[in-house]
Amino acid sequence: MNRPLANSMSGGDPVRSVGLARGDVALEVRHLKTHFALRTGVLKAVDDVSFTLRRGDTLCVVGESGSGKSVTARSILQIVAAPGKIVGGEILLHGVGGDPDRVVDLATLDPRGKEIRAIRGREIAMIFQEPMSSLSPVHTIGRQIDESLRIHTDLDKRARRKRIIELLKRVEIPDAEHTIDRYPFEYSGGMRQRAMIAMALACNPVVLIADEPTTALDVTTQAEILDLIGELQDEFGMAVMFITHDMGVVAEIADRVCVMNLGEMVEAGPVEDVFHAPQHPYSRMLIGSAVKLEKPAPAKIAARARHADGPDDRAQILTVEGLGKEFTSHKGFFRSKSRTIKAVDNASLSLREGETLGIVGESGSGKTTLGRCLLRMIEPSSGTVSYRAGDGADIDITALDKRGLRRLYRDIRMIFQDPFGSLNPRMTVADLIGEPLKMMGWKQRRIRDRAADLLERVGLSADHLERYPHAFSGGQRQRICIARALAPEPRLIIADEATSALDVSIRAQVLDLLLDLQSQMSLSFIFVSHDISVVRYFCDRVAVMHRGRIVETGVATQVCDHPEHPYTKALLSAVPRPDPRDRRIHQRHRYVAEDHPTASTMEGP
Amino acid sequence: MLARYILKRLLYMVPTLIAISVVAFAIVQLPPGDFLDTYIATLEAEGGDIGSEEVEALRRRYALDQPILVQYWNWISGIVFRGDFGWSFQYQRPVADILWGRVGLTFVISLASMILVYVVAFPIGVYSAIRKYSLGDYVFTFFGFLGLAIPNFMLALVLMYVALTVFGQSVGGLFSPEYADAPWSWGKLVDLLAHLWIPVIIIGTASTAGLIRVMRANLLDELNKPYVETARAKGVGERTLLLRYPVRLALNPFISQVGWELPALVSGAAITSIVLNLPTTGPVLLIALRSQDMYLAGSFIMILSVLTVIGTLLSDLLLVWLDPRIRYG
Repeated sequence: MNRPLANSMSGGDPVRSVGLARGDVALEVRHLKTHFALRTGVLKAVDDVSFTLRRGDTLCVVGESGSGKSVTARSILQIVAAPGKIVGGEILLHGVGGDPDRVVDLATLDPRGKEIRAIRGREIAMIFQEPMSSLSPVHTIGRQIDESLRIHTDLDKRARRKRIIELLKRVEIPDAEHTIDRYPFEYSGGMRQRAMIAMALACNPVVLIADEPTTALDVTTQAEILDLIGELQDEFGMAVMFITHDMGVVAEIADRVCVMNLGEMVEAGPVEDVFHAPQHPYSRMLIGSAVKLEKPAPAKIAARARHADGPDDRAQILTVEGLGKEFTSHKGFFRSKSRTIKAVDNASLSLREGETLGIVGESGSGKTTLGRCLLRMIEPSSGTVSYRAGDGADIDITALDKRGLRRLYRDIRMIFQDPFGSLNPRMTVADLIGEPLKMMGWKQRRIRDRAADLLERVGLSADHLERYPHAFSGGQRQRICIARALAPEPRLIIADEATSALDVSIRAQVLDLLLDLQSQMSLSFIFVSHDISVVRYFCDRVAVMHRGRIVETGVATQVCDHPEHPYTKALLSAVPRPDPRDRRIHQRHRYVAEDHPTASTMEGP
Repeated sequence: MLARYILKRLLYMVPTLIAISVVAFAIVQLPPGDFLDTYIATLEAEGGDIGSEEVEALRRRYALDQPILVQYWNWISGIVFRGDFGWSFQYQRPVADILWGRVGLTFVISLASMILVYVVAFPIGVYSAIRKYSLGDYVFTFFGFLGLAIPNFMLALVLMYVALTVFGQSVGGLFSPEYADAPWSWGKLVDLLAHLWIPVIIIGTASTAGLIRVMRANLLDELNKPYVETARAKGVGERTLLLRYPVRLALNPFISQVGWELPALVSGAAITSIVLNLPTTGPVLLIALRSQDMYLAGSFIMILSVLTVIGTLLSDLLLVWLDPRIRYG
């Protein structure tokens, strides 16, 4: 696995040798300013940012959305989207063209010129967040890697292909001789990101810029990719600039950290210092929010202490038995072949009144399908879901007709992941929140009063009633979604990744809001999430899903701290913790399922 | 893989064509009465008269007294097994004689228009997208909408006037009088080309305007995709980048348009053809429908539909060639 590709290539490296030694300065950014001239004024996306990258070192640039971290990275390569422009500062790249003494100021180069193009992909390579959309869907992986070699080296076709296969093998893509001619859509998410890394390494760059390269991946895949980048860095000795919003990832891989907020660099230093003695209030807040989610919410601990003595006598509000959902896809001549995927396989759950149940799992585990089957937004194929109404009547949700379902939707509401997509942009906040009430036949006046009341409950002002969703930030929109869910006074809320699209500081606030509301309104929650820390913070009990099955259920603290099922162990050990003294994903458990893989995405030919 | 796909698509065409033939025949049968009723009405309107025995004899001769299903079977089996499209009552000639010359010329005009449309729309669309809101974009957009808004017959009249007064050309038709009934020769071809530009421009304008907008919108969507940034970060030059990535992907809807652009051109040309007096299918189809010349009308509709189906097949095959996701989907 660890064949030293860099060495085998750098002896008689067919591509190029790097003039700098380990520890030498590779890139210096001095007082960089990148501004966007907008109609409404100048947006200072990057405002006076300075840092130094050394060979073999990893610099993590961390910040929330809108902090300017991505624009900083793009400024270095001069690929900032219009109307963004570098208006000041220097970007000094050392050792250009293998000559250790040659320094070029990238900020002075023409963004469309030849000089900067010779730097891109050769001296400085970049990998991006979305491994699916960052690769062209209509060109083979091999061809896309080849492009870089064709531009920057004199190798002939055969030599290039040989190198691409070596690169693909190095990033552990199986059967590289054949997968080289495959298209990105035939790769899984993790494989695509590996191919992307292979592409970045093709010309043995001095600096590797990684812009949130693991954000779109599952935690176990993320751990693999982080490991791979670390290994390759050891081997090739490049300087890595790693952009992320995840403090856990920072703690795991950084040598130095640079914290950005609203275009400014608020703090920079060695990772230990930044994590254990943060100076700036913003870094303190960021790290505080991340550490806060490392343990259960104080309210939960208190509640648990109350229920600790004596058996839990709260009534069961929802009971799920043997729930299953199969999807059948047809293929072949006249749809003759069909294949069935068990998205949810014999799932059983129970939820008590006032309790919060977390459902965790990676993408494709069936957690979202399960959540939607509970309300029959997707029709389950088998099993029963029974709900105990407020008057004590038991309702079999799986047997309800349309009218019954509509009545049920007052008691059980959903909150979705995307606060942008789940609010109709042409409706005012008052209309949005009032919609479920309108369905129930409320009068306009009463709806308004209720909406105003709800808005204040979720921490917004009643003045916001007449505004449209676009006037709000992501966190505020999610609050509006919550207010809408609360409108008909539900008893149970199913939240599907409700905090996943939010920045970490906002995430903690929204979770605290939900906890508040829970204690005020005696709500029960089913909380579907891929994020273990959110589940640990927010949930009383957890069900872990893997490939459609629930592999482990138990009390949240128990499952999150002392998991029993090997899959849960693997999942938890892959989650990076926001503590640079506790780097551990390298020693993580790996879980190989006994059964044959599900047919969701091809992992090889 | 590809051969299988083509075979599959060809097999799917069979039921489609059968359905089309039924519908085509049904459409022609829709108006009350048949050709003879119309014929009699026309005769009577002109003061003539026709005996009822004579009518019965004609009816028998043209098999119009048979049940509809039998008539349909006679018609379709003739086409399929003997290439015989039936008899035109109006022209008193086999349908095939009228059909082929006109279908051929229609096809020539449509193809030429289509090539013009794509050759003009593609570069302008790309230009409008990468220089969004520039002066050039506005100018092209203006003329594009102008082309879209002006009715074809109006443009036809204007161009005919211009051709006559400025170039002193004989207008109307596809040939000068001296070549109209002459056998094919080099001179006739040159004459055709000299006449072709007017209908080609007229028929092409509206589609060109539409396609420019399609290309512009597609490309604008693609230009901001992350893979463009990836390629730029690799050091790809701007021009290569543009053509290799976003334009390539923006072509998909552009190509699938071929499928319905072809029949639109073929049928949309009818009014222009009437104004310009072109020997194409449009005017004849109109006359045939009005006089209930059923075999002629049915066969025309049939042929146009077959063209549509073939056009769709062609565009699908192009797409498969262009986009691997469809190939393996």
